[in-house]
Amino acid sequence: MKKNNLILYGSLLFFGLVAPFIFPAFKLQISFLWILIVLAMTWDVQGGQMGYNTFGNILFFGVGMYICASTQIGMFFPLAEWTEAGGEKTFIHTAPQYFQGFFVGLILAGIIPMIIAGLIGYGILGLRGHYFAICTLGLGIAAGEIAGGIEIIGAGQGMTMPPWPKNIGDTELRSEFFYFICFALVVATFVFLKWAYSTRFGLVLNAIRDNEDKAEAMGIYTMRYKIIGWMVSAFFVGIAGGLMGNMVGYIEPVEVAFAGPTFGVFMVLMAILGGKGTLWGPVIGATFFHLFKEGFWTFFLGWQYVALGVLIVVIVVFFPEGIMGWLREKYPERFGEVVDEADRKAQVTLK
Amino acid sequence: MPPLIGGIFFMDLLIFKAPILMVQASLDGILLGILFALIAYGMALQWGVMNIINIAQGELVIMGGYIAYFMYMIGIHPGFGIIVSPIIMFFVGWGLYKLVINKVVDRDLFISILATFGISILTQQLMNFIFGSDVVVAQSNFGTTMLFDGMVTLPNAKIFAAIVSIVFAIGLVAYMRKSKLGRAIRATAQNARAAKILGVDTEKVYAATFGINAALCGVAGSLIAITFTLHPYVGLPYTVRSFMIVVVAGLGNLPGVALSGMGLGVFEEFADYILGTEFRIGSVFMLLVFILVYRRFKLSRKREYLK
Repeated sequence: MKKNNLILYGSLLFFGLVAPFIFPAFKLQISFLWILIVLAMTWDVQGGQMGYNTFGNILFFGVGMYICASTQIGMFFPLAEWTEAGGEKTFIHTAPQYFQGFFVGLILAGIIPMIIAGLIGYGILGLRGHYFAICTLGLGIAAGEIAGGIEIIGAGQGMTMPPWPKNIGDTELRSEFFYFICFALVVATFVFLKWAYSTRFGLVLNAIRDNEDKAEAMGIYTMRYKIIGWMVSAFFVGIAGGLMGNMVGYIEPVEVAFAGPTFGVFMVLMAILGGKGTLWGPVIGATFFHLFKEGFWTFFLGWQYVALGVLIVVIVVFFPEGIMGWLREKYPERFGEVVDEADRKAQVTLK
Repeated sequence: MPPLIGGIFFMDLLIFKAPILMVQASLDGILLGILFALIAYGMALQWGVMNIINIAQGELVIMGGYIAYFMYMIGIHPGFGIIVSPIIMFFVGWGLYKLVINKVVDRDLFISILATFGISILTQQLMNFIFGSDVVVAQSNFGTTMLFDGMVTLPNAKIFAAIVSIVFAIGLVAYMRKSKLGRAIRATAQNARAAKILGVDTEKVYAATFGINAALCGVAGSLIAITFTLHPYVGLPYTVRSFMIVVVAGLGNLPGVALSGMGLGVFEEFADYILGTEFRIGSVFMLLVFILVYRRFKLSRKREYLK
């Protein structure tokens, strides 16, 4: 078992590292896949492991994106004049400036959403069930609307990101650079969450999901764990947002940054499709979803959102257990569950 | 007597500081709030009876509005939308129930939220295809009423909308009290299993409830078509408003729904004047967050939480 795991992880890591050279045409697509996997895995910290179905993680995505952009620009040039200029390039980042700004921006894009999650967590995580879901939905949309009214970050028009510096390489190098940053992010997220779920923290999250009142009665300070869980999500989602902004190259409050109907729903859908509350579920769900999206979106040209709506309804209504849930039902032994043979036969006859 | 002092202070603000603006905003807000209360009433009905939260509520409203707009386009006065729209929307709601909602009724609430979210994305896009993404309005030509020597203007369409909303709400309350279906709906809301044992066809009751909800949305939508503007993507704020009203008032508290609806309308008009129109929708969503968090802190003193 242990050896199999090593081979699996090794081959996945190998695939991740050589993928941009085997499939050079799909570099950007695979980078987006890593981002989507990060979004799905961090959603699963709340939705799957903790039982708090949030629509609000998109808030941290958008905040991270704006923080990263503002830092990248504001470190070297006046931010207001940059957004004023719009698409016209009056300020040019040199290569050292670009990378300095990028990395500082990316770190801040993780830390500031984390602080925000810590600050609002105490109020919002006290809500439960559907009140929490609707409250976080409101939070995400309110953030988009408010960002659309703030002049210094471009209001409704949005802002352009600093372009890739000209004298160090072409766009191939740019997409390889972003590919490896995205891959590093997804590996870091996976390793961190795998470790976190194996500690007391993961057990407490599952206890909160199963019965929060009992967990509290057992002497666990549940609020502290809920807030820490949200801060972990916010950190990784914020960095993903900052990366996404740089990859797209253009930030708009409602369509790109606080994109509730796209990324905000995608992350929920991917985690549910793969199987909530498992480590691998969101990864598998995100992969299938991304393949479906990239494969069929072109056929549904103009009808993507109709297809998306139908997909949400079908997955949620007919397939709520997800791929991992289905596998678990089919091969319980693989998941370390002891199955009584007589019991299984009895169930079959019952059906 | 603090309320009296507060009242005097408010009157002072109202009459001497910015009188016209205050009167205008309050009246606008109250008329708007009655409309919100009608939508919230539908949401409270289906939430109480079927225990699902319908995120597509706002889309049903907009759909009802587009029916009135369609009538306006082919030359019929959009005011008649208040009769045609609920009839069509009742069958839309019934069909929606038979297609999707009946599979999520007794499941986890989050499943219903997500499923109706999918329906909302779907209907938004379909309306976008059929009617285009322009902001439209159905002209009613009802004229305006001037108050206080023409300093406060009220479009008659808004007054018409408020009156129609009140008539429909009262009619529905009477129907729920007197008719056989109304009694069945109330019985199912109290205890679905017991109602089933006593011979109520709960499946039909659920379908009818969802249909009535959609019909109410249709009325509200056709009124919005003549008083405000329509756009395929503005449904979600209506959902959130009605959710908020129901949370504040509680299920099955009709005067509370009406009052908190008006309160929300006035809040919105004032936010519009004070913060600016670009923050109007944002302030609605922020108000939702504040109300929920406020209630959470209030309940947590007794170690309880919102259920």
